[in-house]
Amino acid sequence: MYDLIIIGAGPAGLSAAVSAWQADLKSILLIERDRELGGILNQCIHNGFGLHLFKEELTGPEFAGRLIEMLKDTDVEVMSDTMVLDINGDHEVSLINTHGYQKVQGKAVILAMGCRERTRGAIAIPGSRGSGVYTAGTAQRYINMDGYLVGKRVVILGSGDIGLIMARRMTLEGAKVLACVEINPYSSGLQRNIKQCLEDFDIPLYLSHTITDIKGYPRVSQVVVSRVDEKFRPIPGTEMTFDCDTVLLSIGLIPENELSRAAGIVIDPRTKGPLVWENMETSIDGVFACGNVVQVHDLADNVAAEARKAAVAAARYVQDNQPHTGELTVKTAGNVTYTVPQRIHLPVTDKLVEISFRTNRVFGQCAVEVVDKDGNAVCRFKREYITPGELQKIAVPGKLLEGREEYLTVKVTEEQK
Amino acid sequence: MTELICIGCPRGCHLKVDEQNGYAVSGNNCPVGAEYGRNELTNPTRVLTSTVRITGAIHSCLPVKSSGPIRKALLMEAVKALKDVEVASPVHKGEVIVRDIAGSGQDMLASRDM
Repeated sequence: MYDLIIIGAGPAGLSAAVSAWQADLKSILLIERDRELGGILNQCIHNGFGLHLFKEELTGPEFAGRLIEMLKDTDVEVMSDTMVLDINGDHEVSLINTHGYQKVQGKAVILAMGCRERTRGAIAIPGSRGSGVYTAGTAQRYINMDGYLVGKRVVILGSGDIGLIMARRMTLEGAKVLACVEINPYSSGLQRNIKQCLEDFDIPLYLSHTITDIKGYPRVSQVVVSRVDEKFRPIPGTEMTFDCDTVLLSIGLIPENELSRAAGIVIDPRTKGPLVWENMETSIDGVFACGNVVQVHDLADNVAAEARKAAVAAARYVQDNQPHTGELTVKTAGNVTYTVPQRIHLPVTDKLVEISFRTNRVFGQCAVEVVDKDGNAVCRFKREYITPGELQKIAVPGKLLEGREEYLTVKVTEEQK
Repeated sequence: MTELICIGCPRGCHLKVDEQNGYAVSGNNCPVGAEYGRNELTNPTRVLTSTVRITGAIHSCLPVKSSGPIRKALLMEAVKALKDVEVASPVHKGEVIVRDIAGSGQDMLASRDM
C-alpha cells in the first residue's frame, strides 16, 4: 500500500512527487509511460521556463533536470516505461510494463497525465490528404529529438505557443515559414512569443484568417487561406494561396482524461478536465489532479505550483482528513469562460483561495470581480490587460468567503475611463 | 517613441522606449524590462537554443543553449556553425559543446545529461 500514487511524470507529476515528499508522505509511487521522466519538457528545448519556480530562465530539459535532481534526493519509487490501464474509486491502479500486469493500491492518487494536441480531424480542414500536415508538437519532437526537419516551406495554422516556438525553430533550421494563420481576432499564444518567434523573423500573423483548402498529393503543395467574418465563416474573394510543403497545426490542447472518465470522475465540459475543489481534489475523494490534465496552462511554472497544491492536499488527506461541512460553487459571467477550481470546500482552511480562469476576449483596463449569490462584492482585482491566450489568476482571501452561501460568480468588467 | 512587448518573462509588459531621451523605458514592471527595452533598440540580443547530433544516446539530438545572450545578427551564423557538430554520449548538463560560437563570445552548453 502506497500513501500516494502519481500518474504521469511531466512537470505536474514530478513537482507533485517532490512536493508530496516534502509534505512528509514517505511511500510514493510515480508512474510514467515514457522511457524517461520529464514529459513534454524534453522536447521543449527553448528557454523561458523556471522564472517563477527557480528564479532563473531555463530550457525545458533544464527545468525537467532540476525536478529530476530534486526527486533523486527522495525515496519516491519511480516506474517508467509503464502504462496505467485503469484507476478506480478505491485508489487501486492497474498498470502494465515489461514485468507484466499488476495492481497497486494507494491511499491517495494524483492524476498528472497532461494533455495532447488537437489534430486536423478536430477542426475538419477541407482538402487533400497529402503528407506534410503535422501537429506542432509532433513536428517539435521530430526536429528536436530525432533531428528530422519536417519541411522546407511552412504555413502554421493557429497561434498557440507551440506553433509560435516552432515558427522560430524551423526558421533557424533553414525552413521558410510563410505565415501564421489564426482564426480568432487575437493570438492565442503569449505576447512575448509573438514578438520573439514571429516578429523577430518577419513572419506575418494573419488574424481572423483560416486555412480553407489544402492541395497536393502525395505531399502538400499549396494551402488556401481566407479571411473569416465574426462568426468564423470564410469570406469569398479573400483567398490567398501559399506554395508550401508543410502545414503545422497549433490549434489547441485537450486534457488527456480517458483514465479519469473510466474511473467515473466528473469532467467539466468547458475545461475538458476533472471538476476540482480548491485543493485540486476531484469528484472522487482522495483522487487529486493537477497540471494540463485539469486545464491547459501556458507555463510549466504554473503547472508546478498547481501540482504543489495537489500534493499538499493529498498529504493532508492521507495524514489527517478533515471532512468539510459545506461548499460553494464558482460560477462565471460575461466573458469568463471557466474557472478552476469549480467548487470550494467550506469552511475555507487556507489563507488564500486561488482561482484561475480564461476570458473569451481581450480586455484593456479592467477589473476581475467576485460577487456572492446576493450580488454583494466579495473582492475586486484591477488588471491592465487580459487576453484569452494568457491564463488569469486571482487569490481570494479565505476570510472573505466566510458566511457566503451556495455560489460565487467571477466576472470581468471594463474599467470606466 | 517605440512600443515593444518585453520578452524578459511571460508577463509580457507593454514597454515604451523613448529614443530621444536616452532610451528611457516606461511600462516595465521590473528592471529586466528597462534593460531589454534599451538593448532592443541599440543592440538586440537573444539566447540561442538548438540541438547537435549525439551518438550512443537515448535520442539522436542533444539540446544546447548559449551561455548568454548573442547579438541577434549572429543567430543564423551560430546555428550554421552547429550543423556539423556531433558529440558522443555521455554528455553532462553544462558541458561546453562549442566554444565562442560564431565569434559571439558565448559558448554553446549542453542543456541536459544524455
